[in-house]
Amino acid sequence: MSRQRTLRIGWLYPTKMNIYGDRGNVIVLSQRAAWRGIEPQVVELDIGDPIPDDIDVFFFGGGQDQEQIAVSNDLAGPKGDRLRSAIEDGAAALAVCGGYQLFGHVYRPHDAPPLPGIGAFDIETDAGSERFIGNVVAESQWGELVGFENHSGLTWLGSGVEPMARIVHGRGNNGQDGTEGAKYRNALGCYLHGSILPKNPALADWLIARGLEYRGQDSELESLPDTLEERAHRSAVARARIERRDEPGRSLLARIAAYAPIPRS
Amino acid sequence: MTARPGIGAVRQSASISAAKATLEVLRRSGRGGTAAPGLVALQIDPEVVSRIARRLPDGAVVVAGTNGKTTTSRMIADIVEASGRSVIHNRSGSNLARGVAATFVEHASLSGNPNGQMAVIESDEAALPEILRLVRPRLVVLNNLFRDQLDRYGELDTVGTKWKAALAKLTPSTRLIVDVDDPTLANITSDLAAPRTTFGLSVPEHKLDELPHAADAAFCRKCGADLTYRELYLGHLGDWVCTSCGFARPALDVMGCDVHLDAMSSLTMSVRSMDKETRDVTVQVPGIYNAYNVTAAVAAGFALGIEPAVVQAALEQFRSPFGRAEKVIFDGREISIALVKNPVGFNEVLRTITGGGSELAAPTMIVINDEFADGRDVSWLWDVDFEMLAAGSLPIATAGIRGADMANRLKYAGVDESRLIPLEGSIEQALQTFLDRTRGEPRVSILPTYTAMLAIRAALGDAGAVDRFWEE
Repeated sequence: MSRQRTLRIGWLYPTKMNIYGDRGNVIVLSQRAAWRGIEPQVVELDIGDPIPDDIDVFFFGGGQDQEQIAVSNDLAGPKGDRLRSAIEDGAAALAVCGGYQLFGHVYRPHDAPPLPGIGAFDIETDAGSERFIGNVVAESQWGELVGFENHSGLTWLGSGVEPMARIVHGRGNNGQDGTEGAKYRNALGCYLHGSILPKNPALADWLIARGLEYRGQDSELESLPDTLEERAHRSAVARARIERRDEPGRSLLARIAAYAPIPRS
Repeated sequence: MTARPGIGAVRQSASISAAKATLEVLRRSGRGGTAAPGLVALQIDPEVVSRIARRLPDGAVVVAGTNGKTTTSRMIADIVEASGRSVIHNRSGSNLARGVAATFVEHASLSGNPNGQMAVIESDEAALPEILRLVRPRLVVLNNLFRDQLDRYGELDTVGTKWKAALAKLTPSTRLIVDVDDPTLANITSDLAAPRTTFGLSVPEHKLDELPHAADAAFCRKCGADLTYRELYLGHLGDWVCTSCGFARPALDVMGCDVHLDAMSSLTMSVRSMDKETRDVTVQVPGIYNAYNVTAAVAAGFALGIEPAVVQAALEQFRSPFGRAEKVIFDGREISIALVKNPVGFNEVLRTITGGGSELAAPTMIVINDEFADGRDVSWLWDVDFEMLAAGSLPIATAGIRGADMANRLKYAGVDESRLIPLEGSIEQALQTFLDRTRGEPRVSILPTYTAMLAIRAALGDAGAVDRFWEE
């Protein structure tokens, strides 16, 4: 008998940074571990809580401006250092949207002082003037990824990170260079909500495997039946390919047609 | 210089006639037009709404909030009608500026005279600043502010900030009726020129034990510290207090209390102000969330000077707006339809259909679309506590454009896959299959998002089960 495996999931700021249903990522990591007999343990790491030594995989979601400021303050100093060195050592991590920005060096708002991040990722983010909203399809080492972006921050990758994915459909990090997200060691950051892991199970399993490895556990994962996951993935990809009907600049007639109620049959 | 007919008057009648023509074309082509005529009217005369609104003899009431605005505004319209006044009301839930414009032009003469004494207008959250500017209401009812369709509205803070700026422009001639059980609303309405009537619930028998996952705004808008709740009733609504600065729920001018819930069908409650009361009013709407809507409607009725007995009679005769929580009889079976559109509302529906969280009472179909009006981002499904459905054995079907996301969500919520019926294809086909697969069950539930609800209504209507809503 092999020894009982456990997956310690460190959920950063579950009450403050959870605005876009990103809780789904924690649910998926937990369930996909449990279905394989690996005991998931979710450790909630809120403001003021120290970072434990034995976290296998971190999750860090997105938040509103006010919360993001409070979290940035909380991460300034030893707590941010601990998190950065865990990532440096190979801990698995997924950060989405606001969490992704705070994994970088800095977020620069339009009319407020710059918000420092923990600098685990060699990225910087500027406030943009346009909000990127819509379904995203991107190519990656985990195959085709699909999610939903909703951000105005423009993130620029430095030489110390690689892009997590290449945009096929959507805007990505900054709407210009075709990249989406960033990857450094076993840590990932991106703008993909949806939630992302439920529709991209290969990505979830990669994070679980890297997390198990990090503390020297067996990282072999048996495959799971992913029929529902794949269907959810396909339907989201199909949505991404349909033209957005609320795009600005369309004619009055086109807008009337788009908003008239559905025909009765 | 002699006075010419004002260019405004010309624009106005051109705008109104073009909009009326659009409405007629849409009706004849079998499309229940609600917003398109308004779009035409506003294109020709952007001020058409304010031109008509200022001629209303008894002014206007505007109702806004994430959840309950359709139900509440209908209750208020019924109360005003019961007081003997004719009402203009955007009944079809068409609550963006263009929908409000469509309602006004439909109910006005070509010269811009309204054919009602008072208007009761439901406003979308994002459209509220514009609608307040155009309508200049005498009463504004603010229900709550929950996380909802972030792809449309941006973040909750953004909506709150925009509301605050818009409310600051109101004069003392507008009264606010505000649910101060919502900390955000209490904060943004605390220091305005417009007078405020506060309302909320005091129902210790219905308090929740912990803050649900979908809760927003659990921190103080004044100092940023965490809030605690002496009593929490729904989402982040309740009797709250800041752990640091002491900012707390203001005193209630109008209080809902003694609420008795009768599962999916009705509630009985009392609503009190300093000098008025409606005691033990029974309303045919389910759930604690509707206790808030009833309290808001009573508070509005009192503020309009309508007698408690009239308010009570109107509420006792009230019937749910389309799709909000309605029952239809079809093929000898009872179909309950409850609109779902955001995590807090969905949780309340689940709480109701599982009898407080034990297990489903009837086979259920969840229909998720991701059109603009539904919210294009389905991430919110992961904030709903579907884990409530894990117990029990009744089947759950999923359908709609994003039905596959819903089925996947249920799998991860611990619902056994043998209970799931993932349906593809059109909503009409899915409805047929669901009803076939559950034949023999006297009762079923359908939980659709907004555009899915329109499709379900249309399909059931074609089959003879319910009226088409635009014929109301």
